[in-house]
Amino acid sequence: MFKSIMKFIYHFASPKHFYRLSGKLIPWFAWLAALLLIAGSIDGLFIAPVDYQQGDSYRIIFVHVPAAWMSMFIYMVMATSGAIGLIWKIKLADVIASSSAPIGAAFTFLALVTGSIWGKPMWGAWWVWDARLTAELILLFLYLGFMALEAAIEDPRAAARACAILAIVGVINIPIIHYSVEWWNTLHQGATVTKFDKPSIHISMLIPLLLMALGFKLYYVAVVLVRARNKVLYTDQNSGWVKELIKSKNEQFTSI
Amino acid sequence: MLEMLQMGKYGAYVWSSYGLALIVMGYVAFKPLMDKKSIFKELAMKYRREAHQSTIKEQK
Repeated sequence: MFKSIMKFIYHFASPKHFYRLSGKLIPWFAWLAALLLIAGSIDGLFIAPVDYQQGDSYRIIFVHVPAAWMSMFIYMVMATSGAIGLIWKIKLADVIASSSAPIGAAFTFLALVTGSIWGKPMWGAWWVWDARLTAELILLFLYLGFMALEAAIEDPRAAARACAILAIVGVINIPIIHYSVEWWNTLHQGATVTKFDKPSIHISMLIPLLLMALGFKLYYVAVVLVRARNKVLYTDQNSGWVKELIKSKNEQFTSI
Repeated sequence: MLEMLQMGKYGAYVWSSYGLALIVMGYVAFKPLMDKKSIFKELAMKYRREAHQSTIKEQK
């Protein structure tokens, strides 16, 4: 049973199959993401009511919170696929991990900067060394460390192994980010959605937040697949299927 | 309409946040699409070169 499951996984994780299947999926994810992001932005910017305490400044939440969620989610994907690559030697898992890193770094950067832009009018400071902010900054350094490590090691398999270990060790930071607002007295406000109680956010504000969160997630899937396909194509450049693919594309161009 | 865009007194903060998100996410999405094009070009050139070299060898 286990053997046949692994055979199935190895089959679909083969570069050729992955390339074909992901090529079909990307447009769906991309268009759905675009739709959700447009709807969420319009809802968040113009339709959701003004916050009684923070005025219109709270509208930054619809970018800030989904970006922060993604920064942690992508890290978990990166660490998990790194571990899968380490244990089962599935190359595609390493490709997913390394394709995720820059996207995760971008979302972490966005979460930090939009948080800073929100912090200035609300707290009166662009930056404070608060537990939540500091832990998120460490997350950015973990992503950048992953990318630097990958670039520094020439042998791609050794690089993937080292990066996977770094990613796995760094997972310790994720619960620290999440619980930082409970464990320490922070300036950062507590959770309003991701807690065991009912979300303490009104439905009219929750809907655009969830639209944006889902849009960000689908955006990530689309972009990580495009990045992974590029890597697969490049590393498999000496195999027959890539040669055929490129040649058939060229014939299309020359025949026009 | 203008009032709506001003976001109370927070227009600059709100719009710069959304604008930055648009720029960063746009770049992250379009960079790999451009990379794909250059990979296709590079590999096509490489295969053509290889094919050319093998025909030269055959002639020798």
